[in-house]
Amino acid sequence: MTTLDLTGLDTRPSQVWGAVRLVPLVRDEPVDDLRLRPELYGDVAGLVQVGPHRAYVSYIPHGFVATWTSDSTPAAAYGTQMSADADSAPAATVGLRFHRRMARRQAKDRLRFLPMHLALEGYLALHFGGPSIAWEEWSQRAIRQGLSPRVEEAYVGAEVHGLGDALRIFEIHPNQCGVMLYLADALAAVFAVPHPDDYRALHPTLLQDLYGELIHHYATLMPPVQEFRARIPDAQIRSLAHLRTAVADQERTWTHFHDTTMVTGLLEHTYTWQTVYRMERFTLSRFLPTFRPKQENHIGEAITDDRGRIAYLKTFRLSENQVRRGHLLSRLAAKDWHLADTAADLAIDEAQLGLRLESAGFGFLLRQDVLDAYRKQERTRDQR
Amino acid sequence: MDSYGDLIAADDVLLFVNAAITSTGQREFHSDAGEQRLSLDFLHAYMLGNYRDLYAGVLALDINDHNAVLIIRRLLETTHEATADQRRSEGRLIACRLAMLPPQRVYGLFGALRRARVNNRRTRAIMRDWLSARPDLAFDAVKYRSGLKRALRHAHLTPAAEELGPFVFAPLTRKRYATPLLETWRRAHHEKAALYELPFTAAEGFAAKHGIPRDVFLQRIAPRMTRLETLRLQESAHQRGATGVQADLTRMPLTRLAAYVLSLPVEDRLRRRHELTHALDSAAARVAGSHRGKWGKVTAVLDDSFSAFGSAHKRRRPLAVALACHYLLAALADEYTGLWASGRTDALLTYPYGPTPLGRRILDALDTTPSRLVIVSDGWDNAPPGLAAEVLRIWRTRLDPERRTSVVHVNPVYDAADFDVRRLSATVPTAGIRDAEDLPPLVELAQFSEGRTGLAELIAYMDTRAARMLSGHNHEQAR
Repeated sequence: MTTLDLTGLDTRPSQVWGAVRLVPLVRDEPVDDLRLRPELYGDVAGLVQVGPHRAYVSYIPHGFVATWTSDSTPAAAYGTQMSADADSAPAATVGLRFHRRMARRQAKDRLRFLPMHLALEGYLALHFGGPSIAWEEWSQRAIRQGLSPRVEEAYVGAEVHGLGDALRIFEIHPNQCGVMLYLADALAAVFAVPHPDDYRALHPTLLQDLYGELIHHYATLMPPVQEFRARIPDAQIRSLAHLRTAVADQERTWTHFHDTTMVTGLLEHTYTWQTVYRMERFTLSRFLPTFRPKQENHIGEAITDDRGRIAYLKTFRLSENQVRRGHLLSRLAAKDWHLADTAADLAIDEAQLGLRLESAGFGFLLRQDVLDAYRKQERTRDQR
Repeated sequence: MDSYGDLIAADDVLLFVNAAITSTGQREFHSDAGEQRLSLDFLHAYMLGNYRDLYAGVLALDINDHNAVLIIRRLLETTHEATADQRRSEGRLIACRLAMLPPQRVYGLFGALRRARVNNRRTRAIMRDWLSARPDLAFDAVKYRSGLKRALRHAHLTPAAEELGPFVFAPLTRKRYATPLLETWRRAHHEKAALYELPFTAAEGFAAKHGIPRDVFLQRIAPRMTRLETLRLQESAHQRGATGVQADLTRMPLTRLAAYVLSLPVEDRLRRRHELTHALDSAAARVAGSHRGKWGKVTAVLDDSFSAFGSAHKRRRPLAVALACHYLLAALADEYTGLWASGRTDALLTYPYGPTPLGRRILDALDTTPSRLVIVSDGWDNAPPGLAAEVLRIWRTRLDPERRTSVVHVNPVYDAADFDVRRLSATVPTAGIRDAEDLPPLVELAQFSEGRTGLAELIAYMDTRAARMLSGHNHEQAR
């Protein structure tokens, strides 16, 4: 349980277009030995230029699908992965043909939407496999299959109003390695990569990422956000040198304001980290929030180096419904999926918890007769 | 003392002039073509409805051809609303401006008038006069045949040359033409060698018809290309191995040349550094003319941020203007410093990249204590936003209230949402700019937009510009 630490990534002044605010993250020293694997891009390759005697670790952002399997059927990387040499196939891929429902969507928008979708579901399914102890209330299906298959809803970036234009006119900073994306000044996503060249290549893919339902609504409904325009109080300015210090102050003011106010929802909370893979000095991990209802909750994945600095980071802001579901599941998991204990923990009775599970979309996890009994119990209570 | 209404009128006219200089109804970095056209249409309608005289007078200023055509068209469409006096003065301005426009634009205008069913007596007279003043109508008949045909038909004209009518309306019915160019055109239908004597655009079609390989064609047609055709095709011709297409860069107009330089890959620019620098310098010197070295100590802040890329339609145009201004100001000043927004120092290798930290750069510029500070930027200042405005405001109000340094901002991009070019600060005059060549008169014009001069001065200025244009025209006709 640790917080997220963005040391090494400096904030630069934001750029605003409509309701979208993009805050660039700049690295003073890019990470050179962790780079995107070039062949993922097919024709757009040629990013990595490493000397003959220099090894590097490459990573595969989960947004990309390539034909890695030997029989050249499409496969999606299951979350972000790392590999040491350029030839090896990624360890965990999801053969798309196995998931029939998703495979149909694949025909429509295979390259972009689906792999992210998988990753998102992966986050929740990975952590909540289902009941670990076969209490009698749980259905056979819940015990055998857990929560899978689950569907989470999200919007592809292209559907987020104004995001396309904002990304097009955004002026990328030299050495920029990441961006924080705000919609109506709510943090939607943080995206950071090891090297500026990677960022330049991946900048447009922000449009093909997933965004929560809240973000989509904000973008559609909210008026344009204000620019934080520089303001210099002119009373003390006597010379150009004064003016220069005032200008430097202005630049610091924004960074300070942003880092202490705007990102607190992401940075000040603790996360449950799960290490997925370790290679050389890099560690790939996924993190989950503590699921606080009615607050900002971000899930994400990160690659950190041996000093614990972020080399790669991608977050997703959960919608209110997703937070509620996550909250419920995390409490259940904490009590070993025991309904009565969890209900006591939440200060409600068992029937109420059962119905809450049902309204959150987890009705299928409970045995039908148990659920019916809960409903009956609730009805009689209402009549009393 | 100007009345309130006069001040508004002066403001409106300046707003319109800025739009008419910068906007071409094409896509820009921040707005698409539709927004640009809609915004521009509104301004034209507004000007025509409220200040018809001034609207016509704008024709004498350095506005772009797109807007000149729009103004002429609107004036001709609304002939019945004008008084006799207005018609006379408008007629002179229109004739003058048409003579300055490239012929394809004028034929396009005639086509538009035809589609809009504008066929009043004044329109026909203007078309007749313009056509009769063309130096070689046979050439037009070959190069702009459909345009000429439409114009003749619309204005009910018979060309003076006896052969021209049949050529335009039923070209292949004659066995032969006495006019050499027309005869060449006829022969080019079945004789490959003949097409190399035609204008490039006409020959291009015949080359395709005869299946002539592109490199052979380019090699042999090279002498017939116009200056700009040569410049445009030079690179692709070289790639195809046609070495004959060689533009004489020293004769090119400054901004075109800058755009050409920016279109080259950086390695080519490095390799040809001497040649390109020499061409840019001599073009700038030509533009500076008698003003050369008269502007005192000049510092320029030039925007090479990513937005200077412009759009796919106006590729690198804002950056080309900035680059051209860089060389022009170097020629105009006796002591010159050019500061690029990105901090790069080699002007020739510039490319659009990065954010726009204008505030910082303006500070650096003021540090050089210039007598004149010129800012070339699209008005978007984002690192951090508004810093340039603050620096300029404090400079103007607290550090230099006596105006020892004159500051002017020229902006190559029309902002469709604001109906004007974007301003950096209210304390600094802003003018739209299309070609760097117009910089000296624009700096003049920018003084008006500071609000220190009123409508009377503005009208006087426009009258002198109109008189200058008309006398130049008469002078040319007399030659």
